[in-house]
Amino acid sequence: MAPPESNGAPVLEVTNLTKHFVVRRGGLGFSTGVVRAVDGVSFAIPAGSTLGLVGESGCGKTTTSKLILALETPTTGSIRFEGHDVSALERASRREYRRAVQAVFQDPYASLDPRMRVGAIVAEPLVINADLDAAGRRRRVAELLDLVGLPARAATLYPHEFSGGQRQRVAIARALALSPRLVVLDEPVSALDVSIRAQILNLLVDLQQRLGVSYLFIAHDLAAVAHMSRTIAVMYLGKIVELGDADAVALAPKHPYTKALFAAALPIDLDQPREEVTLSGEVPSPLAPPGGCRFHPRCPFVMPHCATEEPALRSESGRLVACHLY
Amino acid sequence: MPAVIDVRDLRTHIVTRWGTIKAVDGVSFALDEGETLGLVGESGSGKSMTCLSLVRLVPRPAARIVGGEVRLDGEDVLAKSEAEMQQIRGRKMAMILQDPMSSLNPVFSIGMQMREPLAMYHGLRGNAVAARAAELLAAVRIPSPAARLRAFPHQLSGGMRQRVVGAMAIAGPPRLLMADEPTTSLDLTIQAQYLGLLKELQQRHRFAMIFVTHNLGIVARTCDRVAVMYAGRVVEMGPVRRIFTEPAHPYTRALLESIPRFGVRRERLTAIAGQPPDLARLDAGCAFAPRCPAALDRCAEAPPEVTIAPGHTTRCWLHGPA
Repeated sequence: MAPPESNGAPVLEVTNLTKHFVVRRGGLGFSTGVVRAVDGVSFAIPAGSTLGLVGESGCGKTTTSKLILALETPTTGSIRFEGHDVSALERASRREYRRAVQAVFQDPYASLDPRMRVGAIVAEPLVINADLDAAGRRRRVAELLDLVGLPARAATLYPHEFSGGQRQRVAIARALALSPRLVVLDEPVSALDVSIRAQILNLLVDLQQRLGVSYLFIAHDLAAVAHMSRTIAVMYLGKIVELGDADAVALAPKHPYTKALFAAALPIDLDQPREEVTLSGEVPSPLAPPGGCRFHPRCPFVMPHCATEEPALRSESGRLVACHLY
Repeated sequence: MPAVIDVRDLRTHIVTRWGTIKAVDGVSFALDEGETLGLVGESGSGKSMTCLSLVRLVPRPAARIVGGEVRLDGEDVLAKSEAEMQQIRGRKMAMILQDPMSSLNPVFSIGMQMREPLAMYHGLRGNAVAARAAELLAAVRIPSPAARLRAFPHQLSGGMRQRVVGAMAIAGPPRLLMADEPTTSLDLTIQAQYLGLLKELQQRHRFAMIFVTHNLGIVARTCDRVAVMYAGRVVEMGPVRRIFTEPAHPYTRALLESIPRFGVRRERLTAIAGQPPDLARLDAGCAFAPRCPAALDRCAEAPPEVTIAPGHTTRCWLHGPA
């Protein structure tokens, strides 16, 4: 199920991916339930391109990224990286995969060890994974710091000597140390000051153009996702409800949930006419998702059969939508 | 009729090892009944400290209100005794903070927590307290409010908890409601619901509202006027529409341009160069000058506030008196 208008071979292809967590409730941990955190998700990221993944907390974005980073193993489904099934990789190729897929997380205050100098932080992936001596590592660190726009003397400083934006540059330099082909960006600018966000987003775009790296961009700032991504996937309670070209999804969303999300994103254009879709109710517990279409209890356009039949992802106006309206 | 809240030349300083930080450095504004002011700026710009100064809850002894005037319905707030402030805080001036889990006490039920202010401020006793608490929960659209009084904060979702905080805030009902990033910890679709609720409560109770946020989209939708803060000063203030269509200060302009917008495909965003200022090491001049693309020699002097259109003021030499 490739996104419309994908060009080039996908660097990453995810097919019918599911991840179920068994949870124990009650004092003695007897009664169990199953959280379908990711439930049949398929998408592809073309080489050198960006896929934006959006949705509210608990929708499965982070679990999806953990599955891709091989920090969790999928319950069913496959992740193919450059044509190879990740779950079937040999030990050596598995290590190669972990090198090729890196991550940048939300909070650069938490993701950098406060007791390590920046030079050591950026060099750490190189120690185990690259065949470089100390001098070679120093050269590579200097190169990486330059790439993310930090002065060479940054290597001798500690994280607390940097501002949030600069720390995020350090985290990006570390992620790029092993020349990855895919970087998972999990809310990379949410913890930064507004005036700094544009710097980091620009840096990420520049790096993609120079290095040809692909991104999985996870964020709740929808305007930033639309700006950064070629394709957008919208998730709700473990399922993709809409997937397609970023401009098409952002400007003319089809699924009622996508419409509500983008209406809630409060664009700053005061005069832009927009369809207002405000949702009532809360996100249901993933322990007991509603039957039929998982969105139906909150949907303003709900129809009788929405409660019983689950809609499949179907092609509609140049993107895929899972909704009975189409 | 005097303004609900009238702040003039408010100054709050924090004494630290590294020097005195002018967290709030000459902030002035006035708000009428039912009016909403958006207070915008990055972290450390003095937005939250301004709000804390209005209720005199600045972290003492390090922080101190060193000058200015705060009048609530014409009464001088800074001259009140601590006992009088107790009657103002939470009753006439209420606050909603970002994280509802830190506003609520995890070991008391919702009913217990709501009882205290209702008994203290309104002298309610016995069944009347529970009835009033349930009424307030119903006003913030919490389903089956009477049953919720027995719930503990951890049993509610984030959106529900923030509604409970909202219910306590409107118990007064307040004359001024300060909402400090009230929706930042909530999910997107829940944010929209909560903003709608605040607007509805404001229409019913006619309180003035100060909305602290760094999200310009929220400002565009909910505020009548905007004050843009940078390094403790209001660098620009005016009606929402003017600020968004004709921003006068280079910082406001840069902020608006640096934000990705729907339907505007740009390869690169216009980024603001440099880093936010170190407040302990500010010069006398304009704090934005080191990052400003239009900086002049005169920027070494502090620019005065000038009015460039009705209700639209800015502190910048580009618009300065010649």
